Amino acid sequence: MTEKPKVATASLAGCFGCHMTLLDIDDRILSLIDLIDFDKSPIDDIKELGDCTVGLIEGGVSNSENLETLREFRRKCTILVSMGDCATSGGIPAMRNTVPLKECLEEAYLNGPSVVDGVIPNDPDLPSILDRVYPCHEVVKIDYHLPGCPPSADSIWAVLNFLLSGEENLELPYELIKYD
Amino acid sequence: MTATEIKTVTRKIVIEPVTRVEGHGKVTLLVDENGHITRARMHVVEFRGFERFIQGRPFWELPVAVQRLCGICPVSHHLAAAKATDWLVGGENLTPTAQKMRRLMHLGQTFQSHALHFFHLCSPDLLFGFDAPVSKRNIIGVIREHPDLAVQGVMMRKYGQEIIKATAGKKIHGTGAIPGGINKNLSIEERDFFLSDIEQMIEWAQGAVELIKGVHAQMPDLMKTFGAFPSNHLSLVREDGALDLYHGNLRAKDSLGNIIFDQVDYANYLDYIREEVRSWSYMKFPFITSLGKENGWYRVGPLARINNCDFIPTPLAEAERQEFMKEAEGGTVVNTTLHYHWARMIETLHSIEGIRDLLNDPDLQGDDLIVRGEKRKECVGLIEAPRGTLFHHYRIDDNDQVTMANLIVSTTNNNEAMNRAVQTVAAQYLDGNEITEPLLNHIEVAIRAYDPCLSCATHAIGKMPLEVELVTEDGEVLDSKFKNR
Ligand code: SF4
Repeated sequence: MTEKPKVATASLAGCFGCHMTLLDIDDRILSLIDLIDFDKSPIDDIKELGDCTVGLIEGGVSNSENLETLREFRRKCTILVSMGDCATSGGIPAMRNTVPLKECLEEAYLNGPSVVDGVIPNDPDLPSILDRVYPCHEVVKIDYHLPGCPPSADSIWAVLNFLLSGEENLELPYELIKYD
Repeated sequence: MTATEIKTVTRKIVIEPVTRVEGHGKVTLLVDENGHITRARMHVVEFRGFERFIQGRPFWELPVAVQRLCGICPVSHHLAAAKATDWLVGGENLTPTAQKMRRLMHLGQTFQSHALHFFHLCSPDLLFGFDAPVSKRNIIGVIREHPDLAVQGVMMRKYGQEIIKATAGKKIHGTGAIPGGINKNLSIEERDFFLSDIEQMIEWAQGAVELIKGVHAQMPDLMKTFGAFPSNHLSLVREDGALDLYHGNLRAKDSLGNIIFDQVDYANYLDYIREEVRSWSYMKFPFITSLGKENGWYRVGPLARINNCDFIPTPLAEAERQEFMKEAEGGTVVNTTLHYHWARMIETLHSIEGIRDLLNDPDLQGDDLIVRGEKRKECVGLIEAPRGTLFHHYRIDDNDQVTMANLIVSTTNNNEAMNRAVQTVAAQYLDGNEITEPLLNHIEVAIRAYDPCLSCATHAIGKMPLEVELVTEDGEVLDSKFKNR
């Protein structure tokens, strides 16, 4: 049996909606597992990323952990795809780029109307937050950008099939790439 | 390296990442030289800053913007924000069509979310055992070994997602609810499409309740003791005490079933609930003010709701509730972590019964969609999200721009309970033992019972990868072990 291509996925500073849309391929997931093997992904238990044909990234880069994960994906994946608006542009989490980080923390942990005896979390067990939320392509080279919040299940399905086919040009019909 | 070999250091065991909900989570355990666990914490390690950066945005963006916090149950945030902004436009008394469309959307989401959690995420543990081989313990293992069951789970989730699409316009991050109402009704074609599968869905939901009851019958001791601890319980209930996921007043009970408060108008939530911040987690710790930080923490979600309500207003689920309540040891409240699964399946059955009743209601085809009245500057919206009570609170200025946003999300309400579950299971299973992969999975099983939505990677599709590190107190890594290799 020849080895199936490997696909890995990661969620950085996203809401997981893009991953949920991946699940919205519904019963096509039954044929997907004949087509590919999942490598590291929230879909399975694999902890260490192996060499993969395709990596799908959800979410932008908001903290030091996101940064490490994205760099590792770039090293191990032949084709890296920014999946959804957060990965391609930072998305809603990047709205914090307009405000100093300190103010965001103070609002949540000191000023909130339900907070008592507030303190800003600062334990060494927490990763450091970056000054801004960065889209993935500002951190590593990204091969494909898939717009949408989230992209539709049909477009993720079409893109996956295209990338695995090894063909040169992908033409997605308008319905599959339109923004909303 | 085992516990006994490291005599001189306190070990810190890190389990990471635990889960994403509004971010990533991890667990740290401190173990003394005798292998006893001296501290167990679940940290949420991601921070968004939503409360601040939404300021200045026009209020009508709230129902579509806030849901981007969470793609696992965006409908909950969509509807909680819509319920809040209803007040801003004086449209809180929705038309029957608007209210029922929103209820349908919400039940569709509860149905899909509970099905996803049970079949995709938890069934591997329940079917194969907590310490089954890693390779098998995931949804793909279920597809391979129990294809019928896996297909049921996939199709139930799909049905709920299609309901969301028909009511919100889109399966994830829809736009159906707007301040004061909704922007579409349900067509006859859509209704008939859903009615054609409804009996099948009800049957499958009943099957899921039977499945979890079978698990309890098989290993009653494990199910009753695993991560069990007494707690208070908080949820919305209807005015007559019925379970209601969309609207109601706040009720809190203690671990014995005594009422702490009841029928509290949630607009006054600040008189009853406060939040503590701890320096080691971005997730706050809510508590009932009158009981204080130490004793005021509580559980929310399916277990709390089934405990708190007087009855369920749909017959099949009500019969199941009565059977479930027999599990309450000598009281009127079930305080066991693993009973969450059972309670969740009762709610799944309730959701699909509720969907059937709504589909048969001609109000869904009405065209009176929006109400407007006197404008206001401050609003609170609550809803029972799949994972528990969700609070949204906003203030706006004369220009309709947001000036204050306070969110207490469902998973946050369970923060202390999840920490207790981790502590309890660590003490029950890990204390004094060499840490092995199956033991680590026990911690996962405990956290997962709460269906935490720390942005839900794990929640959505599979298992949380865990990593254990042995480090000295000054941070030297002595040994590390990947759970999922
Ligand atoms: S693009 Fe949208 S759906 Fe995807 S992670 Fe970002 S907010 Fe969520």
